Amino acid sequence: MAKIKAKGVSYAKWGYIFIAPFFIVFSIFTLYPVLMTFYYSFFERFMIGLNQHGPYYVGLDNYVAVLTGADGSFFSSNLWQYFLNTLIMWLLGFVPQIAASLLLAAWFTDLRLNLKMQGFFKTVIYLPNIIMAAAFSMLMFQLFDTIGPVNATLLRMDVVEEPVRFLSSTMGARGIIGLMNFIMWFGNTTILLMAAMMGIDPALFEAAEIDGASPRDIFWKITMPLINPILVYVMITSMIGGLQMFDIPQILTNTSGGPNNTTMTLIMHLNQHLFSRNFGMAGAFSALLFIGMSALSLLVFKTVANNAASGGPGH
Amino acid sequence: MIKLRRFLSYATLIFLVLLCLFPFFVLLMNATRAHAEVLRGFSFFPGASMVNNFRNVIENPNMPVIRATINSFILAIGTVLMVLYFSTLTAFGIHAYNFKLKKFAFVFILLIMMLPVQLSALGFIRLVETMNLRNSFIPFIIPAAASPVTFFFMIQYMKSTLSVEIIEAARIDGSNEFMTFNRIVLPLMKPALAVQAIFTFVGTWNSFFMPALLLDDPDMHTLPILISRLRGADFLNFDLGQVYMLIGLSILPVVVVYLILSKYIVAGVSLGGVKG
Repeated sequence: MAKIKAKGVSYAKWGYIFIAPFFIVFSIFTLYPVLMTFYYSFFERFMIGLNQHGPYYVGLDNYVAVLTGADGSFFSSNLWQYFLNTLIMWLLGFVPQIAASLLLAAWFTDLRLNLKMQGFFKTVIYLPNIIMAAAFSMLMFQLFDTIGPVNATLLRMDVVEEPVRFLSSTMGARGIIGLMNFIMWFGNTTILLMAAMMGIDPALFEAAEIDGASPRDIFWKITMPLINPILVYVMITSMIGGLQMFDIPQILTNTSGGPNNTTMTLIMHLNQHLFSRNFGMAGAFSALLFIGMSALSLLVFKTVANNAASGGPGH
Repeated sequence: MIKLRRFLSYATLIFLVLLCLFPFFVLLMNATRAHAEVLRGFSFFPGASMVNNFRNVIENPNMPVIRATINSFILAIGTVLMVLYFSTLTAFGIHAYNFKLKKFAFVFILLIMMLPVQLSALGFIRLVETMNLRNSFIPFIIPAAASPVTFFFMIQYMKSTLSVEIIEAARIDGSNEFMTFNRIVLPLMKPALAVQAIFTFVGTWNSFFMPALLLDDPDMHTLPILISRLRGADFLNFDLGQVYMLIGLSILPVVVVYLILSKYIVAGVSLGGVKG
């Protein structure tokens, strides 16, 4: 009798006990703030001098204000400008990043090419990813400053006659931000794509070689289709990261998003509202971003969930 | 043909290596040079002012560098401990036990994994203010107990290494479930814990968005906040030797850790991703 009872001991409660801290903390510090963010988006709150006014319930007024421009029309809203800025600066980094990463990953995994010192190369190209973005931006600001080393070198080599004001031109500022995103992320992408390429059955490559396929054919007709799932994953996660772009343009342009708001990202704008305690607008802005990003997250979720269901970790 | 391809790939790699290292090489050189030397333009050779720059930075009354470094360490280490312990605990709870909400809990955590924290920032700031916890590290360290990305890494690792037999053997030996986790499961997870410790440390050390909004007391500033203040200062009047030194000091700890452990870190990057 006692034995049967002992066998019937259920350990289920321990499952609940062990996952409880996660869900309690998540509910208090993430779920509740998300709900409150939506809630605040229906209220107006502003400062006159040092006095807080409101909150006054204003319905969807904040949303209308976020979505319409100074002239009251939908497409003149700053939101579109900031979205476009963010997208352009993300693409400036992402396009060269994916191209370089595909090339490097294909080379690293090509057995006939047999590249030496792979450990060293991987260590160096991943290094920028761990550098504090704020510090890297401050460094790049100094390097591209009118009195910085880049200009000093250009002047000395007589390429230019007077210092180039890189950060005063839209192209220059966006270009530097794109370059930094590229430098910080191509190593990470290379390593992810390499893992995917090494998962391909080598017999496929051997068969193609015997049939006389060129390296170019092998890359486009065998490698690319087979790494497609991870390519999609890399792209969506990079886009989600790109839409959160903040540290680099914030420090590089000293919060201004200059020149003329052309490097102002979505999150930089949100930060402005939060900093000036314009909570109604911040709420509506967050809520709209939340909806957009949730759609993207869902795509990642599908990729990851399929993978988690089909088996072990990716190694 | 293969020789040409090999030449092309090495040339590209060397170009990218230089692109990655050059900014930091300039940083290293300029941190050893005095303001006037820095202004004279870039040089491939170090100057003699490294010690001087270092002393000037840490003694600068407007820049609490030592304080900020200590703060960054407290924040990063506190966060690492919370993330590691509770992510592993949660992963163990879902991996090792059968309960009604098991599947739901797992899917839920995957769903929230990619949601950016910035989007709940408003509600979070208001909550922290209601709790009277502005200028405290508590609102950074406690929420770290719910870290979906580390959880996912841990549960994937458990799937490949942690067998149920070990837990059952511990039960027969009379260990209760909590003790089993602390004394048997945690030590078995060491390799995964090490990888996640590094990633979490680096992420927290570098984090800027929330700390800048919640830590406005200079005594609570972390290094990224100090750098943003330096950027806001009138840099023309600023000693550039000190500027480069401060940038260097703020990235030094993670670079040192990275160079020592790069093999494991690079391996950990691909481990965290999904399999194609």
